[in-house]
Amino acid sequence: MKLLNNIKSGIDKITVDNLKGKVTAIKDAIPTPEKKEKKEKPKKAEKSADKDNKEEIPDGFIKCPSCSAVIDKKDLGALKICPKCAKLFRMNAKDRVKAIADKGSFDEFDINMESVNPLNFPDYEVKIKSLQEKTGLKDAVKTGRCTIGGRPCVLGVMDSGFMMGSLGSVVGEKLTRAFEYATENKLPVIIFTCSGGARMQEGIVSLMQMAKVSAAAAKHSDAGLLYVTVLTDPTTGGVTASYAMLGDIILSEPKTLIGFAGRRVIEGTIKQKLPDDFQTSEFLLEHGFIDAIVDRENLPDVLANILKLHNVEKAGEA
Amino acid sequence: MPAYDKVKIARKVSRPTALDYINHIFDDFMELHGDRGFRDDSAIVGGIAMLGDIPVTVTGVQKGKTMEENIKRNFGQPHPEGYRKALRLMKQAEKFHRPIINFINTSGAYPGVGAEERGQGEAIARNLMEMIDLKVPTISIVIGEGGSGGALALAVTDRVWMLENSVYAVLSPEGFASILWKDAKRAKEAADVMKITAEDLFELGVVEKVIKEVDGGAQNDFGFTANLIKSKLETELAELMAKDIDTLLSERYSRFRSFGEFKE
Ligand SMILES: [Zn+2]
Repeated sequence: MKLLNNIKSGIDKITVDNLKGKVTAIKDAIPTPEKKEKKEKPKKAEKSADKDNKEEIPDGFIKCPSCSAVIDKKDLGALKICPKCAKLFRMNAKDRVKAIADKGSFDEFDINMESVNPLNFPDYEVKIKSLQEKTGLKDAVKTGRCTIGGRPCVLGVMDSGFMMGSLGSVVGEKLTRAFEYATENKLPVIIFTCSGGARMQEGIVSLMQMAKVSAAAAKHSDAGLLYVTVLTDPTTGGVTASYAMLGDIILSEPKTLIGFAGRRVIEGTIKQKLPDDFQTSEFLLEHGFIDAIVDRENLPDVLANILKLHNVEKAGEA
Repeated sequence: MPAYDKVKIARKVSRPTALDYINHIFDDFMELHGDRGFRDDSAIVGGIAMLGDIPVTVTGVQKGKTMEENIKRNFGQPHPEGYRKALRLMKQAEKFHRPIINFINTSGAYPGVGAEERGQGEAIARNLMEMIDLKVPTISIVIGEGGSGGALALAVTDRVWMLENSVYAVLSPEGFASILWKDAKRAKEAADVMKITAEDLFELGVVEKVIKEVDGGAQNDFGFTANLIKSKLETELAELMAKDIDTLLSERYSRFRSFGEFKE
């Protein structure tokens, strides 16, 4: 009996330790509005120092987390790159579409689709509504048809500004429809991923979206059509464990966080600090999980070339 | 019974494991090892066996009942090579026209350095994509914990069943409570809102069957639950095997296509 108890407590300990890590990691990955509020309200002791910091950064400016330079936001340019150190800031879906699709070619699908509350989770609707107002987005992905370098494709772009790009019913449904449309119209699919993983408030329904989108990707693939993923910062959890990793060609931007489990979950499990380059795009390239790392400014040309190499005819010439 | 009590039963060390069910339900089980790429992951078992007079492929996530065995089995947390072994055996089943039965019991895919280096995300993703197209009948049964993507990687099947006291969730209730309420101690409450019990998931259409256990859990009368699974498998497989492959695959696609709620 004593042995059994020892075993039990051993197991409990491991489970709890795993969980602690898991929890912290996911906390970090999903900045809820509450969390942001908390950040803006520092403890009293830190207040004066924080105030000084704030005074240093005037409106319209931003401190680069990489080189610490204070930069006029306008100087980041359309591609959101630090002019001092070339750090890539996260791009929202709207800016990304503008940077990738030929001018005026993006014909967006399902613009009015929004979340409901499948599990009747407390305050989920309220959270969605406030984020919609804040971001101008209905949910965490834009999909549509466009041309890149004159060649037609279906484009999906996730947005980390909306509940950390989490994979709920709307994201799952829009991407599934995008694949189905592409299969029907014999078009390639390009998806820019960016996500903290599952949408907690949708529970198991969120988990099922992984299978749903992957199933649609399988049908598209069975039809002999091209699927390219571009992994952008961050691509983690359930998105990594489904359609992000299923491209015929998988690209990424430099220094992008890509992984399945969160860094802190792993550190909590193995009781060790992980090296800085763990789960970066460079790390994945080295381990054989992505095809190429492409600089942000080169992505339109590289994608256009991939389409060309797959005999995707220029629109109007087919 | 509160949902969290089911979580506790599902996690019991004495709960019957995948190999317990495999050895009881099937005859002539021959275990097959390795992913042919890196190593054999003991957290996943698999092989060929007879269900009555039908050869089938079975896989399962295997937990241990002693500390020693749990270390060997990595507490039922598979590495990528475990999922790749399962996929290898499922593709083999497809080649030889064998139905596939997967027993699921994992708190999740292992979060570790090697697991990330060898592509845990890719391994799970590959299974989701390949399983939707397997040209043989497939059934998965959650026998304990169904932990997130690590469980889904074996559950993209024609039928998904759960034992009465098993749970299937996007995250543990403890993790869920911490994220959304910043308080892991509210796990009990989380378990209630998450809809993780067999009964809730049956209502949501995530599973087709709930298999009964005796009071307190399957460990109290293992034969009862195991025999029930066996007879249900025999009936269901006969039905699935009678379908032509195109029908089977299109129904499987529709099954997963239907998940999600939204308005437009
Ligand atoms: Zn900089």
